[in-house]
Amino acid sequence: MLETAVFVIRRDLLLAMRRRSDVLTVLLFFVIVVSLFPLGVGPEPALLRTIAPGVIWVAALLASMLALSRVFAQDYADGTLEQMLLSASPLSVIVAGKVLAHWLMTGLPLVLLAPVLALQFDVPQNFLGELMLSLLLGTPALSLIGTIGAALTLGLRGGGALVALLVLPLYIPVLIIGAGALDAAAAGLGAGAHLLLLGAFLVMAAAFAPWVAAVALRIALE
Amino acid sequence: MSSGINWFKFSSPASFYPLAKKLAVGFGTLAVVFCAVGLYIGFFMAPTDHQQGESYRIIFIHVPAAWMSMFIYLVMAFWAGMGLAFNTRLSGMMASALAPTGAMFTFIALWTGSLWGKPTWGTWWVWDARLTSELILLFLYFGFLALQAAIDDPRRADRAGAVLALVGVVNVPIIYFSVKWWNTLHQGASVSLSSAPTMATTMLIGMLVMVFGFWFYSIAAVLMRARCIMLERERNSEWAAQYLESGA
Repeated sequence: MLETAVFVIRRDLLLAMRRRSDVLTVLLFFVIVVSLFPLGVGPEPALLRTIAPGVIWVAALLASMLALSRVFAQDYADGTLEQMLLSASPLSVIVAGKVLAHWLMTGLPLVLLAPVLALQFDVPQNFLGELMLSLLLGTPALSLIGTIGAALTLGLRGGGALVALLVLPLYIPVLIIGAGALDAAAAGLGAGAHLLLLGAFLVMAAAFAPWVAAVALRIALE
Repeated sequence: MSSGINWFKFSSPASFYPLAKKLAVGFGTLAVVFCAVGLYIGFFMAPTDHQQGESYRIIFIHVPAAWMSMFIYLVMAFWAGMGLAFNTRLSGMMASALAPTGAMFTFIALWTGSLWGKPTWGTWWVWDARLTSELILLFLYFGFLALQAAIDDPRRADRAGAVLALVGVVNVPIIYFSVKWWNTLHQGASVSLSSAPTMATTMLIGMLVMVFGFWFYSIAAVLMRARCIMLERERNSEWAAQYLESGA
């Protein structure tokens, strides 16, 4: 079972590395969206510091959602996905592998880039650790939940906007807790409770989301 | 099934269709009666609230609508689960028939809530935990409706919608508590619905009658919609042809 997952991860990473521009597009989207906010609300450092966690988190949410269509679309188009459904290995393990590969290509770069963008918002340097940790725990949960949406809308018309409608309401707890972590740290409360909750959410999503997405894939391809 | 009641008898559209009509007519009549009585009590018999004046009377619509909006989502998820578990056609139809009514009540709850909020709180909208979760519930309904509308094959639409409804129902408590927590953390508006003064008995009776009225309305509306869906999907079957010929 582990072999299957490792194989799927390696395969998906290899495919992604051969089309690096796809990965970069998501990352640049994240950078541009975050940079738009100071232009929209004005450059006062105090205001920017207040909105920084929310802006970075919402941008990360949108970027991760934008990348969702790629989890299954390519494999669906060339028929690989049907072979995966027929495979002897459990589908949920394959899905879990695909989600992990997807997160490594789209989520992890966001986590690494976020501190740089946070500096543009005048976030104090000693909170950058909390920001990265919250994103590190939160973005995999986003990928996991999003995969359910991607599986449900596989091959449907208006896929992108539809995924947004399905997935964004389900992202709300992650957004609240994730952005709250930084607020709590800034208020001197410490981000521990938020990070633990995010971790709990991630564990729950990791346990159930691949299985639900596998069910959704079988429905989509039956 | 050898003995007792055949629980699955009415899970077939052919036998449920005539029953649905009788039930819909019955509950529709009850809904009209209860809503009329409830509104009469609410607008003419219930005393004026000494704090909020006349504007409180919107609760006779607002509170029942808010209750129904949440309850219908649960019922929808229940039928979704039944559909996935037993693979019955009717379960999916019931779930899709429930969604528009649920979305409507969610919208009414938000709308009447802001109509009440303006004179009472002085603002149309506050990011209170209840308002926010009700808004998110509306988004969940929209997601369900949009997903079903995007899928042409009714079987896939039912099953995909069922998965989404079940994921949504697992998330509803998480969303509610995270929003509640977020609200206390940010502490924007300091209005609380829970500290409202106790209600006069007439008010309570009026509200309960309205709750029953909305219940009956929901049952009637959902069954009528389910009948349309049944006829549309089973239009090539024998019972539908017979029904259409007889013109009953």
